[in-house]
Amino acid sequence: MPSTLFDKIWDAHVVTAVKNGPTQLYIDRHYCHEVTSPQAFDGLRKRGLQVFRPEKTTLSPDHNIPTLFQDQPIKDPISKNQVDTLTRNAQEFGLTMYGLGHAKNGIIHVIGPENGLTLPGMTIVCGDSHTSTHGAFGSIAFGIGTSEVEMVLASQCILQPRPKTMRITYNGKLQQGVTAKDIALYTISQLTTGGATGYFVEYAGEAIRSLSMEERMTVCNLSIEMGARGGMIAPDETTFTYVKGREFAPKGEAWSKALAYWQTLPTEEGAVFDREVTFDASQIEPMITYGTNPGMGISIHASIPSINQIDPAGQISFEKSLKYMGFAPGEQMEGKAIDYVFLGSCTNGRIEDFRAFASIVKGKKKADNVIVWLVPGSWAVEKQIRAEGLDKILEDAGFELRQPGCSACLAMNEDKVPAGKYAVSTSNRNFEGRQGPGSRTLLAGPLVAAAAAITGQITDPRTL
Amino acid sequence: MEKFQTITSTCVPLPIENVDTDQIIPARFLKATTREGFGANLFADWRYDKSGAPISSFVLNNSTYSGQMLVAGKNFGSGSSREHAAWAIAGYGFKVVVSCFFADIFKGNALNNGVLPVVVSDNFLAKLFADIQSNAKTTITVNLEEQTIRNNASGVSESFEINAYKKECLLNGLDDIDYLLSKKGAIEAWEKAHEA
Repeated sequence: MPSTLFDKIWDAHVVTAVKNGPTQLYIDRHYCHEVTSPQAFDGLRKRGLQVFRPEKTTLSPDHNIPTLFQDQPIKDPISKNQVDTLTRNAQEFGLTMYGLGHAKNGIIHVIGPENGLTLPGMTIVCGDSHTSTHGAFGSIAFGIGTSEVEMVLASQCILQPRPKTMRITYNGKLQQGVTAKDIALYTISQLTTGGATGYFVEYAGEAIRSLSMEERMTVCNLSIEMGARGGMIAPDETTFTYVKGREFAPKGEAWSKALAYWQTLPTEEGAVFDREVTFDASQIEPMITYGTNPGMGISIHASIPSINQIDPAGQISFEKSLKYMGFAPGEQMEGKAIDYVFLGSCTNGRIEDFRAFASIVKGKKKADNVIVWLVPGSWAVEKQIRAEGLDKILEDAGFELRQPGCSACLAMNEDKVPAGKYAVSTSNRNFEGRQGPGSRTLLAGPLVAAAAAITGQITDPRTL
Repeated sequence: MEKFQTITSTCVPLPIENVDTDQIIPARFLKATTREGFGANLFADWRYDKSGAPISSFVLNNSTYSGQMLVAGKNFGSGSSREHAAWAIAGYGFKVVVSCFFADIFKGNALNNGVLPVVVSDNFLAKLFADIQSNAKTTITVNLEEQTIRNNASGVSESFEINAYKKECLLNGLDDIDYLLSKKGAIEAWEKAHEA
C-alpha cells in the first residue's frame, strides 16, 4: 500500500507498541532550553539516572536572555538562575550547550537547522510547542511537556499515541508580496486554532514546493497554532541543498547514503490521509490578526467580522477578545495606529526575514511614534545581517539591531510591550498578555511589520 | 503519582472558548526550577489586578463556586507545550477538567500529572454550564474505572474515552518513565538495528 511521509518516518522509529496504548518512539534529536527542562533534570537526579544518549541532546538558553549587553551577567536574578541551572545541568550530565556568548547560541529552533542538527527523516522533540518548525525538513518534529523531556533524557524514547494524518495542498502560485507567514495565518484563519487537533499535517502543492527552506520553516512553525501535533514538508532538492555542508550534516559516503534514504521519504501517489484540505494559493493576501488567538486573522484589506458571523458558542470569547484588543466588530484594520514592531522569534527571526524587512525600509525612515525591536534568531543570523550590509540599511532608516533570543515573542526577558499598546509582531502568538501583561499583539509577516514600522500604522506593504 | 479514585465534586465554571496556556499560567511565572507553587498563579492575569488584588468578577475569586472540577469551553489548553499549565491546575487542587475539546499537548501533560481531562459532548457541556449557573451546588461524578461522567443535577451521564494504557497508569499511580526504563533492552536492540 502506498504510504505517506509521516507513516514512513513513524514506522521506522517504533521500538515497541504498548497494547491498546501509545507507541514507544525512538527520538533522533532532542533540543532543550532553560524553561521546560530544570524539573526534568531534577527528576533524573531523584531517580539516580544518567542521560541515556547524551550526544543526541543539544541545549541552548533562549527564552530568558536579554537582547542587550549579553556580555554582562543577566540582571533579572530569576532568569539568571534558570539559565545558570541549564549550564549546571549540561555540565553534570555531559551535554552540549551553546550558552550565552557562544557563536552558536540562539533560539533552539533556529540554530538546529543552521548547524545541520535537523535532518530529513528524523524524529525530533523539544519541550517547546514550536518544535514543529523542524518538520520543514521532512522530519517528525513535535513539542513535548517536561515529564516527556525527562523520558527522552532517561531513555531516548517517548510514548506517543499515533496521530491522524492530514494533507493540506496549496494549488497555484502566491501573489507578489505574499509571504510564508501569510500562508500560515490564512490557513489557521480557515481551519481555526483547534482545526488540526489530533493530526500531523503534511503541507503540499505547487506553492509549498516553491518555498525556500526558511519559508517552509515558518509554515511548519505555525502548525501548532491550529492544534496540529506538527507539520511537515517532503524533502526535495531545496532541502538537500540547504542541508549539504552544514557542520553536523553527514559528509562523504555517509551523505550519499543519507541522501539515497531521504529521497525515498516523500508521500507516494495514492497514499491515504485521514483528512485532505485544499486551498488556492493565489487567493492568499497579506494577513493580519485582530483578536487574541492566531486563528483570528484576516486579509489586510478586510474588516473584522461582525458578531452574527460568529458561531453562537464562540460569541462570548469573540466579544471578550475584541474588548481586550480595543476593536469593534466590522472595523477595518488598515490604517490603525500601532506603537511597537517586533521582528524576530522562531517564526520570523531568520536571515530571509531580515532581508524582507530591509527590502521595504530601504531608503525610507522609521515612524517616530513606533518602537521597533529587531531581534535575530541566532548569532549566525546576526553575523549574516552584517555580512550582507543589511545592518547599514536598517541603521540608515533609523533602526537598531538587538542581540539574539526569543525576546518579545513571549516577553520572558525585558522586552515587554506595555499594557494597552499595539504591537505588530512577526512572532507566533497573540494571546492576551503574551508580549507583556495587557499588551495587544497583531500577528503579521515581516513585510507587513516593515510597512508598519515606516508608516506607524497597519499598511499593505505592496503600496509602499 | 497518586492513584486516581472516583470523584464527586462541585464545579468551577469557565465558559470561555480557546483558553490558552498563556492564560492558564503566563510566561513570566515559568522561571521556576521546581514543579511547586504554580497553583497560586493559575489564571494570574484574569485573577488578580495590577496591584495583586483579586478581581472579584473572576470565577476563582467567587466563593459561590468551588470544587475539584474545572469546567471549561471548547479547545481548552491551546498554545504552548508548557507543562507548567498542568502543574498550575493540579497545584490549585483541580483533579478533573471537563470540556468538549482539548488541545493535544495539554491533554498529555495533564494526564502525566494526575489531572484527568474529560471530553464530553457539546450538549452535556452546555447543560452542565446551565445547571451550575442556576445552582452552584451542582455536582458531577467522574468514574475512571467505568469511564463515565454524571451530571448529578440532571441525572444525565455520558461515557468518555481514555487511552487504555493511560487509564491503567492513573488508576495505579504509575508513570511513563517506569515503563520506558523497563524497555532498555528493546531500545538498545533498536539502536543496533539502525546503526548507520
